[in-house]
Amino acid sequence: MNSATETFLDSNELVLNMGPQHPSTHGVLRVILRLDGEKVISTECIIGYLHRGVEKIAENRTYAMFVPYVDRMDYVAAVSNGLGYCLAIEKLLSVEAPPRAQVTRVILTELNRIASHLLWLGTHALDIGAMTPLFYCMREREEVLKIFENYCGARLTTHAFRIGGLQYQLQETFEQEVRRFCAGFPAKLAEYEELLTGNRIWVDRLTGIGILREQDCKELGVTGPVLRAAGVAWDLRKAQPYSGYEQYEFAIPTRQNGDTFDRYMVRIEEMRQSIRIIQQAVERIPDGPIMAKVPNVIKPPVGEVYVSIEAPKGELGYFVVSDGSLHPYRVRVRPPSFLNLQALERMAKGALVADVVAIIGTIDIVLGEVDR
Amino acid sequence: MNKLLRKIFLIDLVRGLWVTFRNQKPAYIYTEQYPQERPAVSERFRGAPRLNIHPESGETLCISCNLCAIVCPENLIVVGWQRDEKNRKQLTTFTYDLSRCMFCGLCEDACPVDALELTQDFELASYTREGQIWDRQMLEEGPRPTPYQS
Repeated sequence: MNSATETFLDSNELVLNMGPQHPSTHGVLRVILRLDGEKVISTECIIGYLHRGVEKIAENRTYAMFVPYVDRMDYVAAVSNGLGYCLAIEKLLSVEAPPRAQVTRVILTELNRIASHLLWLGTHALDIGAMTPLFYCMREREEVLKIFENYCGARLTTHAFRIGGLQYQLQETFEQEVRRFCAGFPAKLAEYEELLTGNRIWVDRLTGIGILREQDCKELGVTGPVLRAAGVAWDLRKAQPYSGYEQYEFAIPTRQNGDTFDRYMVRIEEMRQSIRIIQQAVERIPDGPIMAKVPNVIKPPVGEVYVSIEAPKGELGYFVVSDGSLHPYRVRVRPPSFLNLQALERMAKGALVADVVAIIGTIDIVLGEVDR
Repeated sequence: MNKLLRKIFLIDLVRGLWVTFRNQKPAYIYTEQYPQERPAVSERFRGAPRLNIHPESGETLCISCNLCAIVCPENLIVVGWQRDEKNRKQLTTFTYDLSRCMFCGLCEDACPVDALELTQDFELASYTREGQIWDRQMLEEGPRPTPYQS
């Protein structure tokens, strides 16, 4: 008999199940809260409700066949997932995507980062009680999804990239669509800030909630905006540039306090930086081929490779082991949400029940990626 | 003092409300009135599959190379063929299990003669699971409306 059950029987502690059908857990996360009145004593996450065995599926598919499956892990940032996997296999094959493909990849992944952050902003604000931003965020996200649909034919599970480059030529209106979005979006972003940043309810509700310090982040392996809000300027796009990110000029937004409000500010600023990258990239789309010379039947040499990229939620890594056959021997995914979710325990300790909703929202988890 | 006045007169909230009022008459409405209004999907949209036939002779374009079946991650395409007297492959059956399809478009990319194509049609409901398995006739002519049987 462990101590948890003893105290449960002895005192007035209340065990509360949050989820798996709770709307604010963003999917099917179940959190067991131990409460002392309104205060949270501890939290325990139960995951696995969305487990599909993606890593095992990879072992039974050829390398090219597995690309559409990675879209289904983090389904709000499918393009980033595809980029990570394609880069990993390209490294294994020692090929590099041609410049035109690389620039297009940067544009699409940054658009996807904006779409992911917009969905996060809308739902996070809705969790806390601000309903209006949700509709505005969805409106702008729709424009991004329209660009995706016009480019590759799907809105959410895009399958935009192939190993070695791109499958589809850019449509004629692509540059025009991207430019129009970039021109209109900063004004919309200012609108969200007008609604939220100065709003006293929003500020009071978020400041000082779910503080996660730099030390905790490093201990738990937390990456992405959560880490940057704690004051660490760590971004894989700068630290180990991939896909030509070293050619673009952008800043890493950081904040010092590491609370929920800072994470909100970091993500808003990141969207601005993404727009900057897209604007630079769309001016320099080179001509040329979009596909590197990749054999029809992909059979990489024996070896293993780890490639990580900066997904909207943090470091997304793919560890692929090849035994020289048609199928990967092992594909291991390092999803950002899974490691960021660990921080919930430390962030929620001592908080109020109502703040747990805000804290789950601020980590920006997607359960498809946590469970895989 | 200024800060206090701003706090008393709820300037921050009024500004937020002003944003909401500004958006009362949007220039463009994104909501689609779906059954009344058909959404315009893009040219590259990946929807219902179609097996193309020659527009004049009506013969199938498929050369029974089986590449689509090989490349499909879900193994949902079955191509059946027979050798004719000249030892050439003649397509006999073609089944496509839409219930397992994830519309990744790999089959379409693999097809060397543009016979298999994913079209803009996106209304794929059927009454039964068997109705999701499209045979060659359905793939060539489009889905037939199924009368409901209880």
